[in-house]
Amino acid sequence: MSSFKIFDIAGSGMAAQSVRLNTVASNLANAESVSGDPATAYKARHPVFETVRANLMGGKLGASGAAVKVSGIVENQTAPEARYEPGNPLANAEGYVYAPNVNTIEEMVDMISASRAYQNNVEVMNTSKELLLATLRLGQ
Amino acid sequence: MDLDSYLGVHVAALKLRERRTELLATNLANADTPGYKSRDIDFRSALAAADSPNKGGQLLATQARHIGSNAAEALGGQAGTTEAFLKYRTPLAPSLDGNTVDAQLEQSAFAENAVRYQATLSFLSGHFRSLMTAITGQ
Repeated sequence: MSSFKIFDIAGSGMAAQSVRLNTVASNLANAESVSGDPATAYKARHPVFETVRANLMGGKLGASGAAVKVSGIVENQTAPEARYEPGNPLANAEGYVYAPNVNTIEEMVDMISASRAYQNNVEVMNTSKELLLATLRLGQ
Repeated sequence: MDLDSYLGVHVAALKLRERRTELLATNLANADTPGYKSRDIDFRSALAAADSPNKGGQLLATQARHIGSNAAEALGGQAGTTEAFLKYRTPLAPSLDGNTVDAQLEQSAFAENAVRYQATLSFLSGHFRSLMTAITGQ
């Protein structure tokens, strides 16, 4: 029955958004993880979403619904911020530590966006469930 | 009495509403996917086509030896689907990543569709109730 596809679609949306929330949590938790070497400093991570068309929904592209998946996680490649902290035990020979390129404001906005999108998918799932149950009671 | 003609347009309407629920769920799930284009069903013309004798512009078999529309379906055609009535939404404020989903618009369309689905359901159960009254004679 095709109504169950809606659960697959909304479920995939929830899974993708929770990956996004995970990366936000990881970025915020590591926002102050300094390192003595710019190469090993933590880099902000972001998921890349992609529409799944054919395989999940029985091959047809046209009228069928399409789920979403996380096709990968990319690291922000901008240079880490250098801070002069000679007292820090992680500092290099010149007294610098390198802070991650995490923008906490952007991460907070991303978190709100992800949680709203997650809630949207939960609502879709709840409504579909109610409609499906009402259809099952048809004629009673 | 033919049960299909007794239930009228509501059977086709229920199928279309379900299809539309699925599409709107897809739009909401892909609200943050780069390059995703929001889609919806042109409900009026889809229902009109589903209700006409040659459903959805299919070949009409009026003679026993005509090739039915099921043949087209077997050949991988798109018989009886809502394919032809799928439209891309015109975005009000397209985003830079090519995504045209407007979450508020989709949410309101989803809510409206859910209510209309329930309306169709209650029409159908009304039909069933009167049928039961006729059968039991009470």
